[in-house]
Amino acid sequence: MRGAWFQRYSILPGFWGSLGLSMLYLSLIVLVPLSAIFLKTASMTWPRFWSAVTSPAVVASYRLTFGASLGAALVNAFFGFLVAWVLARYSFPGKKLVDALVDLPFALPTAVAGIALTSLYSENGWVGRRLAPFGIHVAFTPLGVLVALIFIGLPFVVRSVQPVLEGADREIEEAAASLGANRWQVFSRVVFPIVRPALLAGFAMAFARALGEYGSVIFISGNMPMRTQITPLLIVAKLEQFDYAGAAALAVVMLAASFVLLLAINLLGSYSRKFMESP
Amino acid sequence: MNRSITDPAPLRWGLTLLALVFLGLFVALPLAAVFSQALAKGWQAYWAAIREPDALSAIRLTLLVAGIAVLSNLAFGLAAAWAIAKFQFRGKNILVTLIDLPFAVSPVIAGLIYVLVFGARGWFGDWLDAHDVRIVFAVPGIVLATIFVTFPFVARELIPLMQSQGTEEEEAGISLGAGGWQVLYRITLPNVKWSLLYGVILCNARAMGEFGAVSVVSGHIRGQTNTMPLHVEVLYNEYNFAAAFAVASLLAILALVTLAAKSLLEWKMRRVYSELRVEANPEA
Repeated sequence: MRGAWFQRYSILPGFWGSLGLSMLYLSLIVLVPLSAIFLKTASMTWPRFWSAVTSPAVVASYRLTFGASLGAALVNAFFGFLVAWVLARYSFPGKKLVDALVDLPFALPTAVAGIALTSLYSENGWVGRRLAPFGIHVAFTPLGVLVALIFIGLPFVVRSVQPVLEGADREIEEAAASLGANRWQVFSRVVFPIVRPALLAGFAMAFARALGEYGSVIFISGNMPMRTQITPLLIVAKLEQFDYAGAAALAVVMLAASFVLLLAINLLGSYSRKFMESP
Repeated sequence: MNRSITDPAPLRWGLTLLALVFLGLFVALPLAAVFSQALAKGWQAYWAAIREPDALSAIRLTLLVAGIAVLSNLAFGLAAAWAIAKFQFRGKNILVTLIDLPFAVSPVIAGLIYVLVFGARGWFGDWLDAHDVRIVFAVPGIVLATIFVTFPFVARELIPLMQSQGTEEEEAGISLGAGGWQVLYRITLPNVKWSLLYGVILCNARAMGEFGAVSVVSGHIRGQTNTMPLHVEVLYNEYNFAAAFAVASLLAILALVTLAAKSLLEWKMRRVYSELRVEANPEA
């Protein structure tokens, strides 16, 4: 039988056709073009690659990109958990609407988010105007990058924590309470450990998404060299100067960072599954 | 419910208020800003900004690109889900992981890869130039970049659902003499229609709103290769804020319609798929 080592027999038709079509499409759209980045980078000599990915402007952009992404993911871990908790445990008027609005950062085009946040946080914007007297400037500073990345990553933690909180067995909490645990002990020793894997996964997803974000950041950051330029912007700048190899080298660094994060997410996923299955 | 595990009212109200303030500041306020800035110069300026020829051509291009991207990712999503959910074969997990890969790639890199392949100094640059074919800085490049960033949407909705539905219904159809396409149209598609629509709506929203990837490959030629998000950027950089926000408000309306459709479909799916489960094991 054709390919019996590869595929278990089924009476359904269309296996080779559908698999062949998917593989072809996946290769043409994703795999072959992505490999161009690595082939282009491989054409560089090691010293050239090293100087392209460690020039002072590039290192400053890593610091901003990774720092602001980490900061935004931390803020989202805290407030995302809070929002998930409120949506899962409490009821209040308009809750359905609030629940739907949480996904707005997924649905709103990033360029629209970018110009809207910039107009809010600039010196004469609704929010910026109120912060300026305290000497807090958001638009066109690293703080603005942080604000944009908080917006972009907001739904990840909420959407990964909320179902776990909704599905958690409240009887365990009652048992803990009836055995004399106070409210804080029930939360920190019973509820939080159940939610922790989902919280970490949401945090990692928000972090990964923030690393690659471009559209919402470039408007609010002002793109000042050494100060508010993010790494994706430098890739675009190198492309505009026809420095294809330099752009590819930066892309390799960013892909490596995302890969490490994805690996971490998968490990967390298998850890959380094991955690939930163990008695 | 047991009082000992219910939060006291002041804590409840405090946390709810804090969560709402956070969401208000980061979600509701930006949304309100889009509409208020769009109408800052009145309705007439708003209409003029939307009906201006460059804006209209951006709207047309966005609809065209999103249409092509959604249809091709829909065809791919169905093929991939059919192969992955209905058959057992080696290396399946690798295929599932690869399908999700575009979500892990920065949009800028999604644009970059097509420039490296099809750009003036890319792999096929000379050949394309000699044959007078333009892909980068033209519509085909925008379509490719959009397909890339929206690649997983339909497939990732269909695969888990079709896996959970198993193959018994399709096998019954085949053994009663139905053809492969008949089984697809009469059995599989009706079983997954709501998830399919869900994937299509999310795919479409991202396709219409994509900025980073498209910006890298488009070349920003006004009236020719500007999609709506790129047109917003051009207007904004020209300090034509009211017009920029007017076009942006159309995209914001699209986002709100998408969210409404998404909530409706989630409600519908919970109902339909729980009914299917009850039919499958009535004693449960």
